[in-house]
Amino acid sequence: MSQPKAIELATKQREISVSDFFAKNRHLLGFDNKRKALLTTVKEAVDNALDACEEAEFLPEVSIELVEMSEDRFKIIIEDNGPGIVKAQIPKIFAKLLYGSKFFKLSQSRGQQGIGISASVMYGQLTTGKPAKITSRIDKTHPAHYYELHIDTNKNKPEILKDTTVEWEKDHGTKVEIDLEGTYLKGPQSVDEYLKQTAIVNPHVTLIYTNPKAEQLIFPRVSETTPARPREIKPHPYGIELGVLIRMLKFTQARTVQSFLTQEFSRIGPGTAKEMCQKAALLPDAKPQKVSREMAEKLMRGMQTTKVIAPPTDCISPIGSELLERGLKKEVNAEFYSACSRPPSVYRGNPFAIEAAIAYGGELPAEGHARLLRFANRVPLLYQQGACAITDSVQKTNWRQYHLQQSSNSIPQGPVVLIVHMASVWVPFTSESKEALAHYPEIKKEIRLAIQECGRNLARYLSKKRRVGAELKKRSFIEKYIPHVGIALKELLKLNEAEQVKVEKVLEELLEKHRGKLDKLDFDPSANPEYDEEFANIGKEDDTEESDS
Amino acid sequence: MTLKKAIVDKAQQMYDTILKRKQPQLSTPLRSLSNVQYDPKVGYFELNNKFKERTLTASTVKTFAQTLRMMSLSKTLIDTDDIATKREAYYVSKNWGEARFVEQSESDTIMDDIEAMFMVNREQMGFIPEEKSGEVAGKLVVVDKDVETGKDLRIDCTKFGSGAYSVPNSVEQLKFETNADFILAVETAGMYQRLVKHKYWKNANCILISMGGVPTRACRRFIRRLSDKHNLPVYAFTDGDCYGFLNIYRTLKVGSGNAAHINKYFCVPNAKFIGVTPQDILDYRLPTHPLKDVDVKRIQDGLKNDPFVLHYKEWQDALKLQLKLRKRAEQQALAQWGLNYVISNYLPEKLADKKKWLP
Repeated sequence: MSQPKAIELATKQREISVSDFFAKNRHLLGFDNKRKALLTTVKEAVDNALDACEEAEFLPEVSIELVEMSEDRFKIIIEDNGPGIVKAQIPKIFAKLLYGSKFFKLSQSRGQQGIGISASVMYGQLTTGKPAKITSRIDKTHPAHYYELHIDTNKNKPEILKDTTVEWEKDHGTKVEIDLEGTYLKGPQSVDEYLKQTAIVNPHVTLIYTNPKAEQLIFPRVSETTPARPREIKPHPYGIELGVLIRMLKFTQARTVQSFLTQEFSRIGPGTAKEMCQKAALLPDAKPQKVSREMAEKLMRGMQTTKVIAPPTDCISPIGSELLERGLKKEVNAEFYSACSRPPSVYRGNPFAIEAAIAYGGELPAEGHARLLRFANRVPLLYQQGACAITDSVQKTNWRQYHLQQSSNSIPQGPVVLIVHMASVWVPFTSESKEALAHYPEIKKEIRLAIQECGRNLARYLSKKRRVGAELKKRSFIEKYIPHVGIALKELLKLNEAEQVKVEKVLEELLEKHRGKLDKLDFDPSANPEYDEEFANIGKEDDTEESDS
Repeated sequence: MTLKKAIVDKAQQMYDTILKRKQPQLSTPLRSLSNVQYDPKVGYFELNNKFKERTLTASTVKTFAQTLRMMSLSKTLIDTDDIATKREAYYVSKNWGEARFVEQSESDTIMDDIEAMFMVNREQMGFIPEEKSGEVAGKLVVVDKDVETGKDLRIDCTKFGSGAYSVPNSVEQLKFETNADFILAVETAGMYQRLVKHKYWKNANCILISMGGVPTRACRRFIRRLSDKHNLPVYAFTDGDCYGFLNIYRTLKVGSGNAAHINKYFCVPNAKFIGVTPQDILDYRLPTHPLKDVDVKRIQDGLKNDPFVLHYKEWQDALKLQLKLRKRAEQQALAQWGLNYVISNYLPEKLADKKKWLP
């Protein structure tokens, strides 16, 4: 008699480590192909560097170096002037998946999950077998620590190959070296484009970029002030999920449910807390740890049916319409710019703010679709444009009312660049690779309002331009046809030269008199001092660069 | 006052206005059906007093320049005793740089405006049309002048065989000798050919004129002078459709809205319409074509807006009958009763019965 099938099957069932899972599902993290892997790694390292600098309120200066080791094999070196990392944390931060500081707090930051950089380390390890090399120093009084790290993919924990101190010219900062398999290409989804767009929306950042051809490009900061530091906030009762609530109940320091509610959440005072407990048929002085799953579910319903004011929104640090417009001016030499920064709003208890900017005409190509640049918490989104709530909102906006051409439900046509930025304590991405915003109605509404404001400004400009154009045409009529009135009168009345000249002159004055002064709307390519042609060309496909020279 | 003087005066007036630093104006009668009235005692469409005022501004400076240059061209033609066809005038403008016309329709419009402004016809300004004017056969001798010798030329319209005498663009100098009983103006060249071929004019003792669609000004003037001089009745014979009624016949008899300023000379108020009438479609059981939407619209528009139709109950009834029938018939439809049925039966019967005519 054979043993039950289940026993046989049980021998094959075992725990899957998170690292194993991600090793097999690398596309979820943005490592679908070699080109994207290179970009994702640069992106994760730069995002972390900027987050760290801003948290410590240092003006960020980040250098990025791509070295081509052999075909499809790169070494990526990212170095920042941030606060550094204390020795004990270095291995976990770089060689343990789902380890980080940002997941548990609600604060506007680039990274939020604690996957990014360790996933890059793991990808490098999988494709080259080489360890990640980390150097970090927290200040002058401490030495610079140097680690060589692997990830133990079974146990999801760091494997330390080397641990030493080194001489380093920097007082503080972190340097990351990762070897990986990748492909370096230019174009709209390239490292170059990513860094350039990062510079557009991070005017306080200096980036020093050395590409695989060993050409150094410097994006100097244009603003000397760090953005207002985003404040960390407690979750809002409307955005909470049951599992999170149960976990919070379990680990809270609060002694009663009432104090748990007032301490761990935004916008709950004792009165509101009591009302929530009442709705959940729970005693306000019950011990949080004693709340059962069923009770927690009732409590959550109580929390969500009680009227609570919206979460504070001063925790959001938008770029600001002025800086956004300046960034855009740097990238495109257009004849018209407009930017709009919406007041903060809330989706599922999470505060967020939408900003948009538009550039029109000038040197932008007149044919084809408008170019859309998407950003979330100051990070450029280069992939999955089609899946993004921003794209959807742009497509569903009626651009024809703003005098642009548009086939129904698509990106408008014409010489237009559109920037949309979402800042939030928690950006809802459609996947872990953080490429597209999820479609929350509240978010889409704010995006729509922001781009509509830009659209209205554009429409005003375009109608003015049209009016001026018509006026100029009429004025050119005066110049064109008055001589013919002169000729005809001369022929009919046998005028002499002087009389003809005189009648033409009088007539010209007569007609000009009736037309007022005219705004100058001709495009002047040198009128935009922010524009940086070299900057604008970064990331463009090689062939267009060649045709320029 | 001669036309030349009128042109020069107008230019002088504009010149003076400009030097006084005022914007000169051009005023032309509004040339459309909405600005004409019909009084059978007068016999033709008369202009009402609606005017189109044009002030010289940046938007109108092009038209002003072109109008003045066209006036200058006209003066030159008068000075040199020359003529230019409408097409030639258009080509002359090609030498005017920016003021040139792109299409001939533009120069024609300016020409019509000047005509109306001075209340003259374009032939007086030295401009002549391109189009063919009309053909004549029958009991008529036209007395023209030899261009070289200035001697009288007698042209016998019975002696063109299967051909015809063609009406010149300018007919004022012609004299006529005839003992015919009436003039028959025919719309289509096909029907005209049949009548000429069988010498219809001989038995009917008449003058046949082929209008070839809407009669030109010269053709209308020719018929008018001939009819006036010899007291001849004029009968129109067209297709039984709105084009035949409202374009060809109406224009022949009372003129058009567009040329209202000169209708006085270019109309034949005593013309009568003998066929093909909508009633003929029933009486002669003619083969027909259905009315198209545009035909229906044209008839409805005529019933509503054409001062001529509005004046004659008979025409209103005829047009309403056609709307009811939703059918139209061509002249050639009579051939269904035999090729020469039109000569042997239709025309004699119609001419004999005044009650079947339309005014």
